[in-house]
Amino acid sequence: MKVFINGKPDELDEVMTIARLLERRKARPEIVSVEVNDRILQREEYAKTILREGDAVEIVFFMGGGREA
Amino acid sequence: MILTPAHWEAVLEQARREYPREACGILAGRAGPPQRVERIYPMTNADHSPATYLMDPQEQFRVFKEMRRDGLDLVAIYHSHTASPAYPSRRDRDLAFYPEAVYLIVTLQERERPAGRAFRILDQDRVEEVPFQVAG
Ligand SMILES: [Zn+2]
Repeated sequence: MKVFINGKPDELDEVMTIARLLERRKARPEIVSVEVNDRILQREEYAKTILREGDAVEIVFFMGGGREA
Repeated sequence: MILTPAHWEAVLEQARREYPREACGILAGRAGPPQRVERIYPMTNADHSPATYLMDPQEQFRVFKEMRRDGLDLVAIYHSHTASPAYPSRRDRDLAFYPEAVYLIVTLQERERPAGRAFRILDQDRVEEVPFQVAG
């Protein structure tokens, strides 16, 4: 099954949730934001969102920082 | 990394405008070498804070898609410090997830004499300064 991840085609060989996809890409869920087909997902949705043929997934890492507390 | 005077001035202007909150944004262009900035994306600091910044994810998605459409690379992530030197804080290093990007920090510690330094943040303990140049 073919999906697009950050614009690049990717062939998935198993049924995959967003949670599993992140795990496979070594992206910790607590430091990324995920969009599927232009909709931002809540973190609770990662484990129950199953990718479908042609889905466009966007993953961005947090960009942030700040002074020490 | 090479910035045009107009891009550099835009970064400083945003930092002054958002003072005392931290300002942040993305510089896009050619990953190089040399890294060359061609476009500036001022971003909303979703924290609206003088002590921290976090880019709004919705804006991040929009900017990343636009860069891809226009064939631009992520060159740098910039933010301002209002009361500390232009060096990555512990939290800046903890939240640096783009090792390929330059982290440009501008300080307004001396408001009349803003200064900037650029770094690569490889991990929490590995910070390398990157030369940056303002040139037309
Ligand atoms: Zn900082």
